[in-house]
Amino acid sequence: MKDINYKEVLLKPIFKGNPVTVLVLGICSSLAVTVQLKGAFVMALSVIIVTGLSSFVVSLLRNTIPNRIRIIVQLVVVALMVILVDQVLKAYAYSISKTLSVYVGLIITNCIVMGRIEAFALGNKPIPSLLDGLANGAGYGLILIVVAFFRELLGSGTLFGFRVIPESFYEAGYMNNGLVILPPMALILLGLIVWIQRSIQKDLQEN
Amino acid sequence: MEYISLFVKSIFIDNMIFAYFLGMCSYLAVSKSVKTATGLGIAVVFVLLVTLPVNYLLNEHVLKPGALAWAGLPDVDLSFLSFIIFIAVVAAITQIVEMVVEKFAPTLYSQLGIFLPLIAVNCAILGGSLFMQEKDFVNVGEATVYALGSGLGWFLAIVTLAAIREKMAYSNVPAALKGLGITFITVGLMAISFMTFMGIQL
Repeated sequence: MKDINYKEVLLKPIFKGNPVTVLVLGICSSLAVTVQLKGAFVMALSVIIVTGLSSFVVSLLRNTIPNRIRIIVQLVVVALMVILVDQVLKAYAYSISKTLSVYVGLIITNCIVMGRIEAFALGNKPIPSLLDGLANGAGYGLILIVVAFFRELLGSGTLFGFRVIPESFYEAGYMNNGLVILPPMALILLGLIVWIQRSIQKDLQEN
Repeated sequence: MEYISLFVKSIFIDNMIFAYFLGMCSYLAVSKSVKTATGLGIAVVFVLLVTLPVNYLLNEHVLKPGALAWAGLPDVDLSFLSFIIFIAVVAAITQIVEMVVEKFAPTLYSQLGIFLPLIAVNCAILGGSLFMQEKDFVNVGEATVYALGSGLGWFLAIVTLAAIREKMAYSNVPAALKGLGITFITVGLMAISFMTFMGIQL
């Protein structure tokens, strides 16, 4: 087996090979949780844990899983991790777990998890797979937090629930933008992020 | 009457794509031409229609707290198992549907092709089951109507996006925005237009 460049494994998914904006994976569950930074942060953390651990476990099992039924086995491993995360959230952060509602469960079908297992964990040793999973989860979390930052700042004038836009602004006629809180703006913000990234990295542009 | 309002509500107001972003991955990947989009849309409607009632019955009679009373175990609460059971049902049923369609409707099978197996990991399917769990439907009929409605809503969304993208191939988009970027923005604008349905009480 060829040597693995750990630095590359860790850093590539954050920007150059970001799972959301470059590989177009895992958009499903990501956008609905970005109204508040707090929810986005918890969601990002959950995805990092699930991708990391399930890549690790599948990589440990990679030589024993029969090829034909691997999808089912992978789904079971991922579902197990998601159940663990969900139970922990329910026990220690019940209000956040209520706002995230079904989206925690939907991490199971988040394409990032399955995508990284198929593309990386099945052919690599456990430790690099763990790092790859964590890094991809982090790349996903980064996008989530950037989108949530702008939505919460412009939509509610707060960050993590603390007011950052001073009262005097509101007295001078400033108003929160209600549209940013609604679902469509998440998509448009993501489109703008893709635009910025592709202006910097010309090789990603499509014809 | 309740069925009709639930049906309309799940197509337009609670649209899987525009209100909840479910099934986005395949939605963006397979919406380049109307023909393939139609194929995937039909497959999603079909699988939702089969899996949701099955998951509803499982939830009512096995998973809910106290649901095992018929087996003499009224104190058992298996709801923590619901994720794993639902995804197993979805994966198994997609497999069965694929085999049945291949055997009895080869033309449909060749049209749906690779989309059927992909559906197992489409968030809209699992999302439908999880929403069903939250919504507390009274009977299987409501769950089935909800499945049909949300499937058709998804179908509608992917076919319209594919039509727009086919037209958009001729327009002059900034280089960095081509492909993914402009698609996100288009979906955002479509979602804004779907927001007209918001606030309608049925």
